This record gives sequence, C-alpha cells and structure tokens, in this order.
Amino acid sequence: MTDLTKLSLAAARKGLTDKSFTATELTDAYIGAIEAANPKLNAYVATTPEQARDMARASDEKLARGQGGPLEGIPLGVKDLFATKGVHTQAASHILDGFKPEYESTVTANLWRDGAVMLGKLNMDEFAMGSSNETSYYGPVVNPHRVEGSDAKLVAGGSSGGSAAAVAAWLCAGATATDTGGSIRQPAAFTGTVGMKPTYGRASRWGTVAYASSLDQAGPLARTVEDAALLMTSMSGFDPKDSTSVDLPVPDFAAAVERGVKGLTIGVPREYRMEGMPQEIEALWQQGLEWLKAEGATVKDISLPHTKYALPAYYVVSPAEASSNLARYDGVKYGLRVSGKDITDLYELTRAAGFGREVKRRIMIGTYVLSAGYFDAYYVKAQKVRTLIKKDFEEVFSAGVDAILTPATPSAAFAIGDEALAADPVAMYLNDVFTVTVNMAGLPGIAVPAGRDGQGLPLGLQLIGKPFDEETLFAAARVIEKSTGDDFAPTRWW
Amino acid sequence: MSVDAATVKRIGRLARIRIEEEEVAGYQSELNAILGFVEQLAEVNVEGVEAMTSVMPMQLRRRDDLVTDGGYPEQIVKNAPLTEDNFFMVPKVVE
Repeated sequence: MTDLTKLSLAAARKGLTDKSFTATELTDAYIGAIEAANPKLNAYVATTPEQARDMARASDEKLARGQGGPLEGIPLGVKDLFATKGVHTQAASHILDGFKPEYESTVTANLWRDGAVMLGKLNMDEFAMGSSNETSYYGPVVNPHRVEGSDAKLVAGGSSGGSAAAVAAWLCAGATATDTGGSIRQPAAFTGTVGMKPTYGRASRWGTVAYASSLDQAGPLARTVEDAALLMTSMSGFDPKDSTSVDLPVPDFAAAVERGVKGLTIGVPREYRMEGMPQEIEALWQQGLEWLKAEGATVKDISLPHTKYALPAYYVVSPAEASSNLARYDGVKYGLRVSGKDITDLYELTRAAGFGREVKRRIMIGTYVLSAGYFDAYYVKAQKVRTLIKKDFEEVFSAGVDAILTPATPSAAFAIGDEALAADPVAMYLNDVFTVTVNMAGLPGIAVPAGRDGQGLPLGLQLIGKPFDEETLFAAARVIEKSTGDDFAPTRWW
Repeated sequence: MSVDAATVKRIGRLARIRIEEEEVAGYQSELNAILGFVEQLAEVNVEGVEAMTSVMPMQLRRRDDLVTDGGYPEQIVKNAPLTEDNFFMVPKVVE
C-alpha cells in the first residue's frame, strides 16, 4: 500500500469516502510516523494515540454508513496553545506544568465536530513568543528541511514551529496554529508549507491561551492551498463566547481555490523593498508577480508609508497585552507553584521559575510601557500608529487593489542556536518585518511556498487581503502554488 | 528613554517576577535594546489621530446580565496545586 501519510488532506478525504482505506489505517500510519520521527524533530510535545484511535474508529463507523463531516477521519495535530479537554495544554511553558483543561477550545471543538482526529499537541515558542521555536520549554523543533550535504539543524520558525514541521514531515494531515505577528506565516515559509492567518474575528479565540488579544488569530498550516482552505472552513465561525468574534457566514473556502486571478489587481508595496534585502528574495518576489500576471492579474505599484513603524509599534502593543494576559499565572489556580514565605514571595518565585527568559523580557517591557508616566508616550502612541497602518491599507484597497504580494520572510530558515540572533533580541524580531503589519491592521494573510534559496531551502511569498476576503488569497496562492512546479517536500533524513 | 538598574528591579516587582541581583544588568541591556528600537515611533506625526481600540469596526457585543454558566467548583480547582474543600490554598495573607 502507498504511504498514507504522503497524501494531501484532500486526497485522504477522497480515499476515506471512496473506502480505499479506513480512518483507523490512516491514523495508525500517522501514529507510526510520529513515533519514528519525533525523537529527531521534536514537533510533538504530547501524543494521544489512544484518543486518536477511538476517534478514528468512530469516524469509520460514520463513513461506513455513508455519513460523516467534512473532515471525517482526518488526523490533525494541535498547537499546544489550544485547550484540549483532559489533554496536555501548556503553551510549551513550564508555568503551566501538568495543566489539563476541563474544557475544549472553540476552534478544536469545531474540528472534532467536523470529524477530525486528534494526534497530539504540537511544540511552539513559549506562549507563542518567538520566531524560531527556541523559547519552548520542550526545546527547539528541528526543521525537516536542511541544506543539501549538510547535517546542520535548522529552525522550523516560530511560534508555530511544531505545527509547520509536523505538516512538512508528514506527521499529520494538517495542523492548527496561531499568528500574533507572523507565527503561522513565517514557519510556513521556513518549512515549505502553506499557512493562513485569517481576518481578526474570523476564528474564535475562546479556549486559546492568550498572548496579545487584539492581534491573536488561529489559522491552519497545511501542505497545499486546498488543504489550508478545507481546514479554515472548519476552524472558522461565529462564537458568542469570544466578544471579538465576527457574526458573518463562513464561505466554503475550498470552492474559491481554483477561481484564478484573472482581472484582479495585485499591489506591490515599495516599502517592503528593504535595504540589504537578499537578491534571491527580490527575484522570488518578481517571479511571483510574473506568475500572477501570466494568469491575468494586473500589477500595480503601491505605497504603505507607515510599514517601517509596524514592528516597533508591535513591540509596545503585544508586550503590553501580554503583561496583562499573563498576570493570571500566579502559582495558585493552576500549573507550577514555588512556595514562598508569603503570597508575594510565592508569586515572584513561581513566575521567576515558570517563565522563560523571552517571556519574562516581554512581560517586563509590557509592565514598563503601561506603568504610570509612560502609558501615553508608549502605549497610546503605538495604538495611534496602528490606526495609521490600518489606514494605509484601507486607502490602497479603496483605490482598487484586490490583494498585495510581498515576501513572507527576509531569509530562509537559519541555524538552531544562531549566536548573533541569541545576542540581540531585536535581530530576532526582524524576522516578522513583512508579516506583522497584517496583524496590526487585522487583515488576512497567507504564506505560500514559491521558490528556494541558493542552498535549496524553501522560501515563501505572502499575500495580504481585504478584511474577510480570504477567498481571494486562497485563489491567488493557488496560482503561485501551481506555477512553481515544486512540491517543496523535504528529503527525508530523520 | 532608557531604564537603569533601579527601574529594572521596580519593573520586576510590579510584574511579580523575582529578579536576582546578578540578573539585573542582563535585563537592563535587553530592555534598553528593545526600548531603543521602539524609539523610532517618535518620528511619526500622530496629531489628530485616534488611538486604535478595535481593529475591526465593531462594537463589543453585550449580553444580558444573567448567570449562564458555573456550578462546578470541583472542575474550577481541578488543576490547582493546593486546594481544600474546593478553595484555592494560599499562604496566610491577613495576620
């Protein structure tokens, strides 16, 4: 029999409904692949094989009766940020030691409602704070891609590094992820996978561990554009339990995938042509534009003048929100507790032992910018800049642009333990320079693999869309996917 | 703006994170690197610009002020490190 894990999610769906194989067989194939690969890749922080087999058996019963949801029997991985009832949910942090929620996040509940099977919980940067998955309490994820002829370990990106690596290495048919400043799209670009961050409000945040609430959105990581669209449809939807969830009908995103780009206007923002940008990124960008033009799109130069201020504004807004959201981890209600001589001592010792360095740094920045005397100068100023960033996009869209094409990242995946990046937190933050604007404006963005760098590592392009127009992004990303003539599969070494 | 050692310790206390004496210098330089990066925002003219409060143009929904959930204290304390009779246990707060 062919290796069932190599099938796309769409092909697996077809195989299940055609009864070419069972959900149990498909699930067992993935469980076997995880057992063999995870010691090398570190993509999963917890596996749930028994639960997976139970869910697969239930799917098989439905499929045998000709029933079942849109994802019936499809094995998925879940980022450790999503609450899964009775199952390891720690945001890859020590401070949530042993936490097993009594409830299920809305996004994962939607997936199980539609028939999906849970394989386990995926590694990530601690509390989704990072761009290399190196801040995880469970250690870094190893990218399934590496430079040909080298055994140097590369990062899978972050914060959804486990999700991206598991999808790329055939350890799940698709995965949930979250994106606050680029945490779906940057790991997608580093692993040759497709990642969609939907419009803010499209997917419920209820039951997802909060990092920066005004920026956080859940979305899928998948091996193809169509697979990402299938997952996005199931993950989305109005949820009265999330006050920022938007009450709009969810389109059948997969139906938009083959729609093409004929007649669309694609914007090319001049501010994304950064000084010192590698020539291969510039070439990739031009190639992407040529592909879209060849399919009937018009390309237009545009300006988004406040682009360079998005990242500094993000490093005010996101730590501020994080310092408030993470105040709940106190050693009393759940997770780690370090005893102290009084209650303040208990809080301080628990939080010192439970949070990693990057998380502490961000909580402290957030505490500082919200403290008396600094609030207006930092936080209010950053929120005003955010208004200007959003206005830049609104003006471009109202002038007839349908979507915007940019590079996804300034480089391909870098080495685990890169010393220059470890020494300078700001250098690491620059990884998100092309993606963070999208979160600041609440817009949808998709990263799609589009080429390779000089060493053969995957590179991604990003498409940015109008609010709630994810469909155009899926259609345009599909044109790029078809044009590359490359499936971006890693060469198996693990 | 930059932070000195005393400010680092004060932020640590406000954030309820114990900062040991030997850690202060490290945090000080990291925080100043980030604040230095953020300093660019000073270049932006924001006169007459409203601060963003909601990224999507929407009002927060309201619901009726009714109890719609609850009644399961044992689930609430299930993950707590120390409990007694469905109460969270903490060191003595009031003498």
